[in-house]
Amino acid sequence: MMLMKRRDFLKVGAAAGAMASLYGCAGGAKSSGHVVVVGGGYGGATVAKYLRMWSEGGVQVTLIERNPTFISCPISNLVIGGTKTMEDITVSYDGLKNKWGVRVIQDDVVAVDAAKKTVSLKAGGSMTYDRLVLSPGVDFLWDQVPGLNNAEAQGKILHAWKAGAQTVALRKQLENMKDGGTYAISIPKAPYRCPPGPYERACLVADYFKQHKPKSKVIILDANEDVVSKKPLFTKAWADLYKGIIEYRNNSELKDVEVGTNTAVLEFDKFKADVLNVIPPHRAGDIAAKSGLKLINNRWVDINWLSMESTSTPGVHVLGDAIFPAPTMPKSGHMANQHGKLAAAAILNLLAGQEPNPEPVVMNTCYSFVDAKNVIHVASVHQYDAATKVVQPVKGAGGVSAARNELEGKVALGWAKNIWADMLA
Amino acid sequence: MKMLPTLTAACLLLASGVALAADPNLGRNLAATCANCHGTNGQALKGSGMDALAGQEKAKILQKLADFKSGDKPASIMHQISKGYTDAQLDLIATYFAAQK
Repeated sequence: MMLMKRRDFLKVGAAAGAMASLYGCAGGAKSSGHVVVVGGGYGGATVAKYLRMWSEGGVQVTLIERNPTFISCPISNLVIGGTKTMEDITVSYDGLKNKWGVRVIQDDVVAVDAAKKTVSLKAGGSMTYDRLVLSPGVDFLWDQVPGLNNAEAQGKILHAWKAGAQTVALRKQLENMKDGGTYAISIPKAPYRCPPGPYERACLVADYFKQHKPKSKVIILDANEDVVSKKPLFTKAWADLYKGIIEYRNNSELKDVEVGTNTAVLEFDKFKADVLNVIPPHRAGDIAAKSGLKLINNRWVDINWLSMESTSTPGVHVLGDAIFPAPTMPKSGHMANQHGKLAAAAILNLLAGQEPNPEPVVMNTCYSFVDAKNVIHVASVHQYDAATKVVQPVKGAGGVSAARNELEGKVALGWAKNIWADMLA
Repeated sequence: MKMLPTLTAACLLLASGVALAADPNLGRNLAATCANCHGTNGQALKGSGMDALAGQEKAKILQKLADFKSGDKPASIMHQISKGYTDAQLDLIATYFAAQK
């Protein structure tokens, strides 16, 4: 849909007004104001577009994003596996700018003053807002992996848990590894971004080895007691497709690394790899974690599920991986997009002087590739529960694939195209 | 020009007392939860393999959803997702998509 012309908007507004008085319906109220969105990922891009679309251009939206283009984490494991390119997972912000009239600024927000309702920009200056949305993703707790707590080490032992230069660099390390080498991936304790993602990555690296470096091995060093997501489907894939290639080790929390030798230091032993891929423990992105918002476990922002608004700081809404999740809710791009829509609807109501929708619903779908073509999913639907004030998973709904299959491999790529368009086009 | 039918549906619901405290944009908000896969306002990208729901007949959408829920229609994922919504919510969603051009 294109933005409605003002003249058309007024016509509809008048008709809606008549309807509202006829039925005593409050839907005709118009929202206006300025919303600043920090972070243009799955959550931030979605809230920016939907605020513009649903307000028919009535609300001004500024999106502040540090990267020049959107690069997707979902599907990026296929780049690491070698069957997709960076171009395949990169989308421009031009749609948000030109089609939806979002002001997109490439910069970093370094401070929030919630009392004055301003944000400070790294490039200098500040900006005022009526409502602020923080969708900063995650930042890593480097102090929990002391050997990685410097830039040089972080350039050698990669996380590739934010898609971009690290994705390219990890692919290069795998290409440069000799046949007969070992790739090890360290998974932090849950909750972490994208619960099935590390297991998917292990599969896709193993698929690459199987075809191009068949004497090589994949070792999964999991800090958790067991596979966190889609366990029966992943373990079946490992047994059927990657027997003798993938080795899974539970309760293997990383304590440190020895950078010079690519060695993972565990509690009782050490593991030396040719390519060591460490996903460090993480928390809400810096701007959310360091702006005085109430955190849970000192890591994740506590929010109100009717509006995604911080429970401690009025006017500041937080989306995506940065929040303390509702029960069984994964930190996923799909879920961040859903948070963005929940927040957009609530912010428009609040800007019009109305209460947020009292019965929000969000849902999740998460596809994982177990090889270049076969996919497994997990899905869930979460409805607001007034008693607990949280969106709760609907019992009897959701679930996982019956078995890995190629049909869902096609669906997963269709999902990516549609969600990127839903956010950015 | 999508505001009018949505509003009409929501207001009629209010008038008939089905959902007294409902947000007038409830149908719009619920339908947006489908957009990740089925496209913004049900306009899935061509060639993406997803059903474009915009402008489909309401009764047909509701029948499909009922068949997913009951298991009559085989699905990779919709049998699991459709069960997460109440029949009243699915009605609002189908009403919204049917009104899209």
